[in-house]
Amino acid sequence: MNVAELTLLLVIASFLAGLLGSLTGLGGGVVLVPLLTIFFKVDIRYAIGASLVSVIATSSGAAAAYVKEGFSNIRIGMFLEIATTVGALCGAFLSTIAPSQVLAIIFGLVLLCSAYWSRKPRTRQERDLPPDPLATRLKMNGSFPSEEDGRARPYNAQNVPAGFSLMFGAGAISGLLGIGSGAMKVVALDQAMKLPFKVSTTTSNFMIGVTAATSAGIYLNRGYIDPGLAMPVMLGVLSGSLLGARILMTAETKILRLIFSLVIVTLGAQMIYQGLSGSL
Amino acid sequence: MRNWSDRNIEEILGEILRAGVILSALVVFVGGWLYLIGNAWARPDYRIFRGEPTDLRTLGGIFHGALQLRARAVIQLGLLCLIATPVLRVMASILGFAAERDRMYAIFTSLVLGILLYSLLGAGSAF
Repeated sequence: MNVAELTLLLVIASFLAGLLGSLTGLGGGVVLVPLLTIFFKVDIRYAIGASLVSVIATSSGAAAAYVKEGFSNIRIGMFLEIATTVGALCGAFLSTIAPSQVLAIIFGLVLLCSAYWSRKPRTRQERDLPPDPLATRLKMNGSFPSEEDGRARPYNAQNVPAGFSLMFGAGAISGLLGIGSGAMKVVALDQAMKLPFKVSTTTSNFMIGVTAATSAGIYLNRGYIDPGLAMPVMLGVLSGSLLGARILMTAETKILRLIFSLVIVTLGAQMIYQGLSGSL
Repeated sequence: MRNWSDRNIEEILGEILRAGVILSALVVFVGGWLYLIGNAWARPDYRIFRGEPTDLRTLGGIFHGALQLRARAVIQLGLLCLIATPVLRVMASILGFAAERDRMYAIFTSLVLGILLYSLLGAGSAF
C-alpha cells in the first residue's frame, strides 16, 4: 500500500470511529488503536501516539461547546486534574518501558471493561444529597440547567478521596494506552462523587484534553507521534466526531450502542489474543 | 454557587479551545497536503517501531523544519498547536481564578500547569 492509499483508508476509518464514538458517547479513541494495530499492521506505539493526538482534538472540540452551556464544573475538573495529570505522567513512563505484547493485553482488558461499563444499567441517581464537608470546603457544589424545566438544579459533590484516586487510575490508563479513558472518568464523577450524569460526562470531557496533553509531551519526545499516521487519523476522527455531535439520534442510539459495544468486545478479545500469541 | 465571573471564565475557555482546534486542524491539513504531494507513491512501513528522527521530536527541530515548509515538520507543528491548546486553557483558568480572588483554586490550577510543563519541557525530553 502506498502513502496515498493508506492515508485515504485511514481518513475513512478514523472518520467512522469518530462518528460512532461521538454518537454513542463511548469515544472514538478506544477503537482506534486496535483498528490500527489489527487491520493496518501498525506497531502499537505509533498507534498509541496517533490515537492520543486525536483524543486531544475531539475532547477540545466538544468541550468548547459544553463549557458554554454551563454543564461542566470547572472547579471539580481542575482539582481532579491534579490526579489525572500525575497519573498520565506515570502511565506514559510505563508505556515507554512496557513490551508491545503487554500493552496489547492491557489494552484488550480495558476494552472489555469499558464495554461492560457502557452496558451496565445506570443506578438511579440519588438526588438532594446533604453537602459533604470536604467537598464544601473545596467549593465543589454547584448547579446545572435541568432538562426538565430548564431551571438551575443544585447538587452536592460527595466522596472526594474516592473520586481523586479513581482519577489517578484513569490518568495512568490514558497515559499508558493513548486513550481518553472517559468511561473511567465518568465512573469516578457519577458513581463515586454522585454528580448528575450530564455534569459528569461534560466535566470528564473537559478534563480529557489536559490529561492527554500531559502524556502527549512524553510521547512526542520519545518519537511515538508519526506525522504521516497522526495527520489522517486526527483529521478523520475530528471531523467524524464533530458531525456526530450535530446529529441528534434518539431511537437508534440504543442499537448503535449495542453494535459498538460488540465491536469493542471483539477488538478487545483480538488484542488479548494477539498479545498472548505474540503476533503483534 | 456559580456567579457571573465563573461564567465569563468558562466562555473564554470555550473560545480558546475552539480557536486552538481550528488552528491546529488547518496547519495539519496544509502539512498533510504537502506530504501527499511529495510522498504519494512512497511505501510506508509502520510494522516495526523505530521512533521518529530527532528533528520531528524536538520543539527546535519542528520549528526549523516547518519554516522550510518540510511537510512532516508542518504536520508536527499543527500537532504541537493542538497539545498547546489545553496548556493555554489551564493558564487562562489560573488568571480567571486569580481575578476572582480564589486563591485556593489558583494554586490547584498552577499545580496542574506545573505537571503539564514538566512533561512537555522537563521529563528527560529534548525540548
